[in-house]
Amino acid sequence: MASIVGSLSTSHIPAIGGAIAKGLQNEPYWKPFFDGFDPAREWLAREKPDVVVVFYNDHGLNFFLDKMPTFAVGAAPEYRNDDEGWGIPTLPPFKGIPELSWAIIDRLVASDFDIVTCQEMLVDHAFTVPLKLFWPDGDAPVAVPVCINTVQFPLPSAKRCWAMGRTVGEAIAAFDKDLKVVTIGSGGLSHQLEGERAGFINKPFDLKFLDTMIDDPQWATQYSILELVEKTGTQGVELVNWLAARAAASAGPMRQVCRNYHIPISNTAAATQVLEAA
Amino acid sequence: MSPPHTIPGTTPFDGTMAQRGYALNKMCFSFNSAANRETFRKDEEAYMRAYGLNHSQAEAIRKRDVLGLLAAGGNVYYLAKFAGILGLDVQDLGAAQTGMTKEAFKARLVAQNAQPETM
Repeated sequence: MASIVGSLSTSHIPAIGGAIAKGLQNEPYWKPFFDGFDPAREWLAREKPDVVVVFYNDHGLNFFLDKMPTFAVGAAPEYRNDDEGWGIPTLPPFKGIPELSWAIIDRLVASDFDIVTCQEMLVDHAFTVPLKLFWPDGDAPVAVPVCINTVQFPLPSAKRCWAMGRTVGEAIAAFDKDLKVVTIGSGGLSHQLEGERAGFINKPFDLKFLDTMIDDPQWATQYSILELVEKTGTQGVELVNWLAARAAASAGPMRQVCRNYHIPISNTAAATQVLEAA
Repeated sequence: MSPPHTIPGTTPFDGTMAQRGYALNKMCFSFNSAANRETFRKDEEAYMRAYGLNHSQAEAIRKRDVLGLLAAGGNVYYLAKFAGILGLDVQDLGAAQTGMTKEAFKARLVAQNAQPETM
């Protein structure tokens, strides 16, 4: 049976992709962020996962407002990155694992999640940047992308994203192949790009959220989406990706392998956290 | 009924905004393509007409008015592609929306480190 050995989450700021392409990891601005990945990569080198399930939000590469799914699951043999319009280099394609994608899809629909399935799916920086951060040599394992709408309101509630993640976790646990799986939650933490409130950051909320991810992971599901926007910013709601990834890995406590929190990268309170099965 | 949840300086991009901004956002979505970006650069007016932008959307594009683009239904993720054509990043946008210089906006971000550690 497949098993989830850890949940890894990180911010996915596009400028990170630019910094990687330019080799700026040791520059004073970037070093406090990139240094947070050393213990994560050491853990991955030990655990050697076979599969990564990435919970992320598309920012207008694969999906436009003509068709905007609340939850979409990739079921492709390969996922291509492409030009997003503002200049970070396009990465080579990522390999999929369609048989696991379909096991997840079957389980989700059987559990009343009316998802969209995608046999072709472009993946944007929210998918590619975390994989490049955790596997800088480009040797990321095969992947299943799970996309959550954070573009157009109404967004799915934090509670619903948690429940969706739990069901993905059940599908993985029931998958009849001996695979080690990690989940990734992409995005956050607090930040707001638009409006007069641009630049909003909420450090005490972020630090509390990181604490609760260890042993009280449903804490943030008490809040409505608008409450989360108020507390974390319009882009801070990306923490629903973290919740889904954490839910897939375990409903109970996990052990923290490492954590990093740094203000600011771009307009964002940037965070990275690796949790392993307790 | 409880009053609607309002957040200062923030307009959630909901169905009303998504309808209002559809043409503008569709144009900006097209900027994923380098060829489309080039076509826009060569003749912005013709490009805006082709996408059916309304008066307030076209005016906000002409003036590079970020808050005007948001009010006209623009969504930040698509507007970012327009900003990319202009060579602007999200800190330029942040500065423009808050009426600060970019340096002051960046300094304000750094100053957020002084926030308390606990809720």
